[in-house]
Amino acid sequence: MALPKRIIKETERLMAEPVPGIKAIPHEDNLRYFDVEVHGPSQSPYENGIFKLELFLPDDYPMTPPKIRFLTRIYHPNIDKLGRICLDVLKSNWSPALQIRTILLSIQALLGAPNPDDPLANDVAQRWKEDEPAAIQTAREWTRMYAVSENR
Amino acid sequence: MSADSEDEFMSGMSSEGGFEDGNESDSVSFGEEFEDDEPALDFGLHDKDITSAPKKPYEVDFDVFGPRDIQKYQDKQIDEVGAILGQPPESTAILLRHARWNKERLIEGYMDHPEDVLEKAGLGLAGAVPAKTMVVDGFVCDICCEDEPGLETYAMKCGHRYCAECYRHYLSQKIREEGEAARIQCPGDGCSRIVDSKTLELLVEDDLKDRYHELLTRTYVDDKDNLKWCPAPNCIYAVECGVKKRDLNRIVPTVRCDCGHYFCFGCTLNDHLPTPCALVKMWLKKCEDDSETANWISANTKECPRCNSTIEKNGGCNHMTCRKCKNEFCWICMGVWSEHGTSWYNCNRYEEKSGSDARDAQAKSRQSLERYLHYYNRYANHEQSAKLDKDIYLKTEKKMTNLQSSSGMSWIEVQFLDTASQALQQCRQTLKWTYAFAYYLARNNLTEIFEDNQKDLEMAVENLSEMFEKPTSELAALKVDMMDKTSYCNKRRIILLSDTAENLKNGSWKFNIDINTA
Repeated sequence: MALPKRIIKETERLMAEPVPGIKAIPHEDNLRYFDVEVHGPSQSPYENGIFKLELFLPDDYPMTPPKIRFLTRIYHPNIDKLGRICLDVLKSNWSPALQIRTILLSIQALLGAPNPDDPLANDVAQRWKEDEPAAIQTAREWTRMYAVSENR
Repeated sequence: MSADSEDEFMSGMSSEGGFEDGNESDSVSFGEEFEDDEPALDFGLHDKDITSAPKKPYEVDFDVFGPRDIQKYQDKQIDEVGAILGQPPESTAILLRHARWNKERLIEGYMDHPEDVLEKAGLGLAGAVPAKTMVVDGFVCDICCEDEPGLETYAMKCGHRYCAECYRHYLSQKIREEGEAARIQCPGDGCSRIVDSKTLELLVEDDLKDRYHELLTRTYVDDKDNLKWCPAPNCIYAVECGVKKRDLNRIVPTVRCDCGHYFCFGCTLNDHLPTPCALVKMWLKKCEDDSETANWISANTKECPRCNSTIEKNGGCNHMTCRKCKNEFCWICMGVWSEHGTSWYNCNRYEEKSGSDARDAQAKSRQSLERYLHYYNRYANHEQSAKLDKDIYLKTEKKMTNLQSSSGMSWIEVQFLDTASQALQQCRQTLKWTYAFAYYLARNNLTEIFEDNQKDLEMAVENLSEMFEKPTSELAALKVDMMDKTSYCNKRRIILLSDTAENLKNGSWKFNIDINTA
């Protein structure tokens, strides 16, 4: 199937005017599959971390949302062990007018503002509510362990 | 007494039950304006109340509607409310769906705060934009990034403009894949405007329109408490019945869909007369979960006091040695065996209070188990027999053909077999549920009358059922007898159901559980 104009345009724009702190590069053999890197927002426990994600645009895109998953382990109440993300715009609130760029920004924003009241990883969310400083500490450690590359 | 309560049900029905429910209540102020389009259905309903034969106490008023009727009533309501609110039909439809077809609440709310109501229903600021596609210079579609000149585009009043192709694609995705209809939102990000029917008519392909209307009708029926889809597979009808949820402990609203399926309007399960929904729910749960297995275990086994393994004593003395943990204990008092001292094989604690309590508990448990099994076996037996009768029913057709050729009877003349087999089915269904009902009945005079009725019906049914097993050659001679027995069965069923329904309506039954908490 020929790649729709929408995907070509979006990809071009992502390359030409990248969003600061976000990198999305399509695979050469599959232009619907993107390697993504999101920088942890400053002032958050994920600061200095570089998180790898995979992003796939299904056939129906943009009528259906892209499929996105964290590859880097992360301690976050809305992201589970398998890297799946609980975010409204990826599910019911998806609109075809949204784009890869806006979705990735939403994910970055989610890192800056965890929402333990709508959890995906229950254990993390519970800890987040009971002892937030400790949870944040763990998130910081995990970021150092999994999301900071050695050559830094 | 019974007449009173019946009236209550009927009046409840005509005031709130109909499609035209607003007619009595809100038309107090608006009635005069709409005199000429007084809904036909309402007249129909009243007519029926006056002219129809007096119904049996267990029968309820209901109507069956096909998809087209439902569409018609929907449109009529939209017109009515639209005229009151001064809104075009497509907006009215959205408002009504948003208000879940509660006319009074919508009108009231709209009169007080029109902007709020419109905003919440996703209609936003009013402003006349006709539903048509247009070409906009220099337009780039945000969805497909197409920017060819001359591209047809579309936007609703909210102004989120996309090319017509993407809009169409979006709508078909929602309708086909996600089964949405009444509450599809504008494709714009974060825009909560609901796509109105004009837009859909304009953009959606014809084959999808049918699906869209079907989905809309579905939400209409789903939203209304007095309408329910017939649960039979592939049935397209909906049934309207005015019996309210709170009345379900006093009446069993059994309705018959035009497809021939009998079901309870309260819980949409198969016909379960005479048992009220709450008891049916409890009974099914009881039969379904393993509570009775647990009962058996508690009646027949004990746990090892040390490792809690479940042990069934199948003979031998009271000196138990747990197979698992080698714990030695006394079966009677569950105490450690070594403490029994010299009174081996004759546990002297047996007569103590704790011992006799345990014994009482065990006996009681066994008794309740037996009681349950009594009713369950009969319930299950009728279920099974009904299944077998169903096989007979399927064979009846063949039998009827055989009979026609062997006895020279005409097709009309052999119909008695079909009638008899249907009566049998229905009576078995009723009998089955009488046992669930009886299980929850407390002992008193009424219960005895009930059991007599039950016995009479059961005998009538078994007599009729027996005749079915006769070879086809004998059937012609049995025709009159069989017809008599069929009508006797039906009569016994009516008597039983009427008696039960009367008492239910009057709240005369005493149950051994609290039906209201079920």
